[in-house]
Amino acid sequence: MKLNDVERAMRAGDLGRAPQIAIEHQIQVGDYFGAEDFVEVTQAHIMADTESLGEAGVKWLEEMAREDGGRARVCIPTITDPRGTDFAKAKVLKQPERFLELERRTIAAFRKLGVSLTDTCINYQTIQAPTRNESVAFGDTGVVIYANSVCGARSNYEGGPSALSAGLTGRTPRYGFHLDPQRRATVRIRADWTPRTLNEWGALGGVVGKLAGNYWSVPVVEGLQGAPGSDAMKHFGAAMASFGSIALFHLVGITPEAVRLEDCGGDKLPVAHRVAEAEVRALMADYPADGEVDVVVFSAPQLSLYELRDLAKLCEGRRFVKPLLAVTSPQVKPDCDRFGYTKSIEDAGGHVLSGMCFYQSYAREIAEANGWKRLATNSTKIVNILGGYGYKPMLASMERCVEAAQKGRLS
Amino acid sequence: MKELIAKHAIGKPVSGTAMVANDGFSARYDLDRIGGTFSRPTHKLAGQSYVGKVLVLDTAKGGVASAWMLREMASRGIIPLALVFNSVNPILAQGAAFGGVTMLSGFEGEVTAQVPDGARVEIDPSRRILRIL
Repeated sequence: MKLNDVERAMRAGDLGRAPQIAIEHQIQVGDYFGAEDFVEVTQAHIMADTESLGEAGVKWLEEMAREDGGRARVCIPTITDPRGTDFAKAKVLKQPERFLELERRTIAAFRKLGVSLTDTCINYQTIQAPTRNESVAFGDTGVVIYANSVCGARSNYEGGPSALSAGLTGRTPRYGFHLDPQRRATVRIRADWTPRTLNEWGALGGVVGKLAGNYWSVPVVEGLQGAPGSDAMKHFGAAMASFGSIALFHLVGITPEAVRLEDCGGDKLPVAHRVAEAEVRALMADYPADGEVDVVVFSAPQLSLYELRDLAKLCEGRRFVKPLLAVTSPQVKPDCDRFGYTKSIEDAGGHVLSGMCFYQSYAREIAEANGWKRLATNSTKIVNILGGYGYKPMLASMERCVEAAQKGRLS
Repeated sequence: MKELIAKHAIGKPVSGTAMVANDGFSARYDLDRIGGTFSRPTHKLAGQSYVGKVLVLDTAKGGVASAWMLREMASRGIIPLALVFNSVNPILAQGAAFGGVTMLSGFEGEVTAQVPDGARVEIDPSRRILRIL
């Protein structure tokens, strides 16, 4: 990679050991993908739940925080994805103390490094959405795909070590979705049906993700009616990223780089797939919403204030016989409390959790501790993840999931 | 002996037994990282141990957690010997760099069809070569 004077100084250690470690890691990654140089970034977002880090990752973070006499600091706004717990609700989840201690050590290390513990995967709804062509280094696939597709910003998937490296160096290797050619559509899909509910938007995203196939594919979808809102795009993108590892999509007439089909090169592509309601229902049928339920979860992505508003309304006057967990960000939670949504949900027997995400919170261990297997949710992303953790996930609308918490079964 | 040339390579030379499937890979979605097996019921390698194997798979799936998890798995010795893919996302490249894992990606043709399951293979990342012995 071509390095400028600042980058050469970082690599030589002139700016400290932490930036030196960071840029060496970034050069390895950049070389792997043939990056010619670095691009400066304005924000970094770090996925770092301790189930992923384990003891090895936490120790590495602590070592980074001790570098340069404990003075190593990020040089751009650097924020965090959800943590592995909500300390106020850890007993509800029956999370072992050893996991909470890993979380405390991680938080302490991030604070020393100057990282802002926002603990959110919806920073584009709550902290600061990037603007078109803004280069950023975001972790969490749902954050990246939303930033690239809906905001028109530029980011690759940046895993935790790489996102922290970007925070320390203020840059990232210029490859992938930082480059114009990579942002052109590669597969054209015609939608013959427009979803209505969030789980349907998620399921359509899952179908598109499976069809597109891998990270370097850029689907352009035409035929959708109306203007989906931010929450619909959130579920659509998060599921597409989860099922297909997709980082950028275009929706003709909706997303900024595809005002017209030809803007993203879609007019040069044949229609490779047509997706109707039947295809979306077929994906949903892989997670059949029928029978006994052990737990109801709204998470992945964290809920917006509007989703919580809808959920609170559905909870009014009900009494749950099964646990219902609604997960949001620390930025949304205070408003959820102020507007009475938390009270409505918790009066019915549910819980509103903050700053975590269900699948990033030791999902296997809390399943065993609580006897949870049959999990109902409206998140297409989470049903794709939790099978590997031993759950039997069931995908249904928010309304049906709330009914399931009340009746103990989906029907 | 047959040699396959990759477009991208990272890590140290290794040799071992190939475990092959035309399926995706995500450390979070697909693995029981404590037990060292594929745990996603629908994965083509479900129930099989990946420890010490040269995994030959189609592509990276899922999220960003693998960037941390490969190092964590390496720290406990419950990790594949190497990873070989038709294509990877940045997360696996970042995870391989962070975890010191040997990885190749990008081949002429479908790599999972060219490497027999159970074959003895050598990987030389400096030359981007996968050798089927």
